[in-house]
Order: sequence, then C-alpha cells, then structure tokens
Amino acid sequence: MSRTPGLTVPNRSTEGGYARGGALKGLPGYNFAFLDEVTKRMIRRTLLKAVAIPGHQIPFASREMPLPYGWGTGGIQITASIIGPDDVLKVIDQGADDTTNAVSIRSFFRKTAGVATTTRTGEATVIQTRHRIPEQPLREDQILVYQVPIPEPLRFIEPREEECGKVHAWADYGIMYVKLYEDVARTGRIATTFDYPVVVNGRYVMSPSPIPKFDTPKMHRMPALQLFGAGREKRIYAVPPYTDVKPLDFEDVPFEIERWSRCCALCGATEHYLDEIVTDDVGGRRFVCSDSDACAQRRAKAARDLSGNS
Amino acid sequence: MAFSSESSNQAEWAAKEPVLRAVRLSHFYGQRVGCAGVSLDLWPGEVLGIVGESGSGKSTLLRCLSGWQEPSQGRVQIRREGEVLDLYALEESVRRRLLRTQIGVVFQRAEEGVRMRVSAGGNIGERLMAEGMRHYGRLRESARRWMERVELDPARLDDLPCTYSGGMLQRLQIAKNLVTEPRLLFLDEPTTGLDVSVQARLLDLLRRLVREMNLSVVMVTHDLAVARVLAHRLLVMMGGQVVEEGLMDRVLDDPQHPYTQLLVSSRLVA
Repeated sequence: MSRTPGLTVPNRSTEGGYARGGALKGLPGYNFAFLDEVTKRMIRRTLLKAVAIPGHQIPFASREMPLPYGWGTGGIQITASIIGPDDVLKVIDQGADDTTNAVSIRSFFRKTAGVATTTRTGEATVIQTRHRIPEQPLREDQILVYQVPIPEPLRFIEPREEECGKVHAWADYGIMYVKLYEDVARTGRIATTFDYPVVVNGRYVMSPSPIPKFDTPKMHRMPALQLFGAGREKRIYAVPPYTDVKPLDFEDVPFEIERWSRCCALCGATEHYLDEIVTDDVGGRRFVCSDSDACAQRRAKAARDLSGNS
Repeated sequence: MAFSSESSNQAEWAAKEPVLRAVRLSHFYGQRVGCAGVSLDLWPGEVLGIVGESGSGKSTLLRCLSGWQEPSQGRVQIRREGEVLDLYALEESVRRRLLRTQIGVVFQRAEEGVRMRVSAGGNIGERLMAEGMRHYGRLRESARRWMERVELDPARLDDLPCTYSGGMLQRLQIAKNLVTEPRLLFLDEPTTGLDVSVQARLLDLLRRLVREMNLSVVMVTHDLAVARVLAHRLLVMMGGQVVEEGLMDRVLDDPQHPYTQLLVSSRLVA
C-alpha cells in the first residue's frame, strides 16, 4: 500500500503475492480468483476505508460477475479480493451449505482460485454468507463476507438517496424510530424480524443484510472481521472485530430475538435458529436447524457420545 | 416558555425585538419573480396575515420565511433566546434542527406536511423522535395529549391519516408541528377547501393555541374573512411585492392601495 508512485511499475501478473513461482492453481486463461488484480486492489482499498469507518457505506466500482444480481455479486467480489491460495472457503445460503447458490459459489472459487473448500464452520478462514451467521462462534482468524441486496437501511423510509446521505452524515436518525414506532403501534412489538437496523460503533445506522434478528446479537463484538458487499447497489461496508453493534429499540420496548417452543427435529437443538418445513399437504410440519453444519456436527457428536457410552 | 427562566426584565426586552425579521427578501424562478424586496418584522404573540390573489408570491414568501426555500437575495433572521440567527447562513444540519424545534409549518395540502402511510401517533411523535425521545410509552402519551389538544379523538391514534377527513388532517398537521412547542408557526391557506363549519372550528382552535402558547404566526390566505378572524396585522401582496401593510382592521376597512380596494370590494358576502 505504501509503494511510491512512479518508482516501480507494478507487474500485473505477479502482483498480490500469489503468482510468485508460478505455483498458483487456477483456471487457465483466468486470473487467480477470477477478478483482475487492478479490480481486486480497488476493492481492497474500499475495504480498508470501510473498516476505518465502521458501518459507513463506501461506493465502489462493482463489476459484472458471472452470476445474476441478487445471487451474491457483492459478496463474491469481496471474497475474490481477499482470498489467498491458503484460505479455506465456506459458503452458506440461508445457513445451508448444500443449496444451489452455496454449492456453485464454492465450486467457482475451487475452479478459479484452486482453494480448498469446506462445509465446517470451524475449518473455514473465509465464510461467504447469505442471510445467516453460523451458530458456531467465529474466531479472530476468520472473515465473514455478507451478501447484501439493499445496503441502505433508510431505503423504505426515505426514497431520496441525497436525503439518506444527509441523514447518515448528521446521524439524524429520528426517522428510523418512526418505523419502529409504527411496528409497535400496529403489532404491540417490534415486528421487524430480519434485516434489523443496528447502530455500529455508536455512530452509523447499518443494514446487517437480511439475517434474521436472531443473529443480530452475534454481530456485537464479534472477534471475526465482518465485510458486507452489495454488487447491484455498488456499496461496501464493514464491521471490524470487537466493534459494538447495537440494535435500534425503545427504552421501554427492548429488542428481542425469536424463540421457538420446539427443538430441531433432526438434532434436538433448542438454541439454534429453526426453519419451519411443511412436510405434507395436510398441515404436517417440522422444525429443523437452518445452519446445516451446526446440525450435522450436533448429530455426529450425539452419535459419538452414544457409541462411547455403549 | 423561552423567557421563563430569566427575569421579567429580559422578557420585556425581548418583546421589543421581533422574533422574525426578513430583510429585502427576493426569490426568482428563472426570469420570473416569486417575491421581490420584501422586508417584514414579526413580533412575539403576533399573527401576521399575508393576503393577495393566486400567483402574488404569498406562498413563495412563506417558504422563504419558514426555511424551506433559500431565497435568491436577502436574509431571514430568527431570534432564539436572545441571539439572532441568520436562517440561511446556518449550516444545513443546524438549520434543520432549528426548524423542527422552533418552527412549525401547516400546509394547505396535508399530504405535504403529514406522512400519509404513518399512523397519526407516528406523525405526531416524529419530531420528538428526531429530538432524541426513545421511550415508546412517553411518545404515545404526548401524541394522545396532542390529539386531545387539537380536538381529535384519541381513539384514532393508530389510524392512518388517509382515513382522516380534511379538517382532521389540518388538526393533525397542527399537532405534529406544535408537539415540540415551537415559537413560530407558519400557516399556508390552513382552511382552504374545508366547509364553513369546519373552518370556523379550526380557526377557533388556532386562535386558542396562539394565545395559550404565545405563538407568533405568519398566515398566508386569499380569504379575507379568515384574515379578519385571526390576523392582527396584514400585508397585501401583488406581483411579488408588498403593496400595503397595516393593522388588520385598518387595511380591510380603509384600504389605501387600488389593488387592496379591489381585493376588499370583490369579497363575496353570504
């Protein structure tokens, strides 16, 4: 980053430290991790800015990616910019490793970057996610990359982009509370269940992307770096490790997370986020963990315990 | 309320100073003149009526005075607790704060002043939330109290404004603006489009609130009957300029300028 301009002409093919010695495994004809090095540097500069101003949306020159908008074009560009050959990538979609989106993004980076992929939360160094935070607490050596459809938390209250900018600049967030007030007045509680607006580092109101509010408390002082990419809206923002993330609420109507009266039908967990699944057309339904890895690990442990005891 | 903490000495002194002063205010829309060279003073507790026909620059003047439209030329000064603030020289964030704590604006079309998709309670609470109130119970209590004060049924607190009648919407606008107890209120044709009985009750309400809260009011109207009921002093505008100024009864009963004479004589008498 501190290279003096004009002294050395950067050699595109060897930049980024990956290509040295030609040991790079990737797709022939493509740069490592698909994006060219100039684009990666642009995104990394944006990321540095985003980390320096937690929760503040930084515009960036989002590129066309070989997947449609809404499928994680923002997240995939961040992942491509930060991933190295030694990284281990996990991708989840609504908590699951085995959905189309997760599988194809994993295979994309296996092909274009030759990196190892995993479904185990504990083994991953980079986790790209759509709409969930893994149940297993993350560590300092992990990075969580969120796919963000609408980065502007004020979007549905204030349609004017210029006005949104002013609201953020002056931290004049009273209007956010009008929305919360309406929720409580209509339903008796804060009815927002996902994409619950948060204040980052006591300054910027931020959209946490459409994660369930069950996950919102996990963002608070998380040891892992959290990066947010919105490809269509061309915005990147970040929450550095151990940063305060507080949900907006009223003094007398505090923030609360979802609770279930059931446990997971597969692993019996009560402390995980549960999806309701309709099993037939006569009203049958059951609840299972949304985090497929957490569920599988819990079942494996139960099986181990059982065989150990017998 | 602004004078309560200090001695009556200061109140006396403050009464000698206008709460609002416009100095040679002009606003142009390209080549067209909105208003030209308007200077005026508004005194504490005074209701100043601005009358004139459509297109005479009344509403432009009101927008400039109330901080919503930066004038092409001239200054607007507001007195707040002994200091004089030049409205358009302030940084925008400071001006906004000033607008929502010191100034209320009631528009002719309620859609401009009320969020139609937000309940009445949310509308009334908006300024309080912007000022940092984060207690749901207290917000509701204030909203309910203000519904009563403007003679709206508190049972309609959670109803959307689109279910309100025209007169109720004006009351809601008034409540929404006065909840932060501003000292200045701007009314833009507040009773236009309401039937006469509703008009009369709304004017009664306004007169009561002006007295109770010691509000200083600038009211734009084309209806001389409304001006007669509410205003202490009148400005008559024509083609963007003030052509006559004086006490309400003097202007209406003894108009001097030919245009004012025309205006007064063309009033329909029921």
